[in-house]
Amino acid sequence: MEIIFKNVTHSYEANSPLEGIGLNDVSLAIHDKKFTAIVGKTGSGKSTLVRHINALIKPTSGTIKVGDREITPETNNKNLKSLRKNVGMVFQFPESQLFEDTVEKDIMFGPMNFGMSESDAKESAKKMIKLVGLGEEYLDKSPFDLSGGQMRRVAIAGVLASNPETIILDEPTAGLDPVGRKEIMDLFKNLQKQGRTIILITHNMDDVANYAEEMVVIHDAKVMAVGKPKDIFNDKELLTNDILTLPRSAVFAQKLSKRDFSFPQLPITISELTAEIKQQVHGD
Amino acid sequence: MNKLILGRYLPGDSIIYRLDPRGKFLITFYFIGIVFLANNVASYGFLLLFVLFSVYISKINLGFFIKGLRPMLWLILFTVLLQLFFTPSNDPIWHWGILTLSTDGMRIAAYIFIRFVLIIFISTLLTLTTTPIEISDSIESILKPLKVIKFPVTQVALMLSIALRFVPLLIDETTKIMDAQRARGVDFGEGGVMQRIKSFVPILIPLFVSSFSIAYDLAIAMESRGYKDGEGRSKYRVLSWARRDNVALGVMILITIILLFIRSY
Ligand SMILES: Nc1ncnc2c1ncn2[C@@H]1O[C@H](COP(=O)(O)OP(=O)(O)OP(=O)(O)O)[C@@H](O)[C@H]1O
Ligand SMILES: [Mg+2]
Repeated sequence: MEIIFKNVTHSYEANSPLEGIGLNDVSLAIHDKKFTAIVGKTGSGKSTLVRHINALIKPTSGTIKVGDREITPETNNKNLKSLRKNVGMVFQFPESQLFEDTVEKDIMFGPMNFGMSESDAKESAKKMIKLVGLGEEYLDKSPFDLSGGQMRRVAIAGVLASNPETIILDEPTAGLDPVGRKEIMDLFKNLQKQGRTIILITHNMDDVANYAEEMVVIHDAKVMAVGKPKDIFNDKELLTNDILTLPRSAVFAQKLSKRDFSFPQLPITISELTAEIKQQVHGD
Repeated sequence: MNKLILGRYLPGDSIIYRLDPRGKFLITFYFIGIVFLANNVASYGFLLLFVLFSVYISKINLGFFIKGLRPMLWLILFTVLLQLFFTPSNDPIWHWGILTLSTDGMRIAAYIFIRFVLIIFISTLLTLTTTPIEISDSIESILKPLKVIKFPVTQVALMLSIALRFVPLLIDETTKIMDAQRARGVDFGEGGVMQRIKSFVPILIPLFVSSFSIAYDLAIAMESRGYKDGEGRSKYRVLSWARRDNVALGVMILITIILLFIRSY
């Protein structure tokens, strides 16, 4: 589904002295079946932006189009199920949503709310627990006996189990070990290859460089830049104004260019970097 | 979730904000007491003027106070209607079964209504201009004499301020959990009573779990920073009684005298 924001403004506690702007006149298109990364500093409005997509919050003004659904300030709180079934959302700390007495039931909770039959939901739980890298033996455990990282995997499985077309991930790998985070990121990439739209909020620029095809930079409640990661990481203005930091490979390349290397465009992934270095050392 | 004005602090600055919280706390309760002395149009009018004047000098929009009435609306309506239709009278304007409408009833209903407004406005004024932590500090200070009878004043005050600190935290946590469950297809406030009650289980359990873990973390954090029993601790926030607080108390005495005068008038 194509997601289109049109002049969306959201203010928290509108019409009160405590009013704070979450989003300021944002227009943006997030393309179907792409892997889009959303980056920006803490408090810039990333979470506020994505919460609009499944109508957890509504715009103060403007409209959001999700497929053929339109969300406006007047959108009713009822009949949002079909929208939320199609737009799955993994929250910043998903482990705080677990509540059932077994992992299996917790994973089945979402699908069954969206009308899946019990046996299908069970089947789906079995598939998902393996997909997120835990064995079937975890299904009978209590979610509260798991470690933080395992809880997070269960929570992710619980969202994927409803088989959403669009998956929104709000810093899904914060606090996971390096191997775990790669596993989870690879999982999302695979889901995208199977035809889903992935929207990832992250502070990790390496993940952006390695996985995303499109990138959105949010700063002070506004969209500062949209485009391919390679182009955006080479945008001098964003970097000098301290709105964006670089992936490690690009930082490394920057340091190299103070020596005898030169990079017309900063490489953003390790493989791009090594290819460039190889070429400059052995080439010409 | 954030609509509850009663009990919420609003950052700002005015003479009312600067008053000593102990004084404000006592004055608020004192005022609620003397509201019950009012017995005629003039005395209620006088108190209403006083409250509106206080609201005015607090520099807070009157809208906040009116919003403060909202959570109590049903209680107010119920009480007022009760007075309106059930006040016995020898001279009813209208009569139907057990319902009677009379000028007496109307007057009493109006008084009750104003009484609600006075009490809610003045307590809203206290909570809007005083941080919860100031309120718990003043409770501690006011209860201090009870130490003589071995009442654990500092511990109670600490419990109170921790509890107050947890309120916004738990509200945030609840919103977060509700959002997460909504995204998994829960519809709050839909279906029959049983359905609605059931839809709260997915909120309450994570909420319990996280409040226990927050409390546990807090206890460890306090201990690791060397917290011991409250005895002999100095205070980070020192309350200071200034001349304006004496003036405020003086105003209350004046109000009482005027009220007693109008009342018997
Ligand atoms: N419930 C709320 N009430 C009031 N203001 C809020 C609320 N949630 C967020 N804000 C404000 O809106 C702005 C954007 O917040 P948001 O949560 O979207 O940031 P973010 O980019 O997701 O940050 P992070 O990287 O820390 O998750 C912040 O300035 C924040 O203070
Ligand atoms: Mg966020």
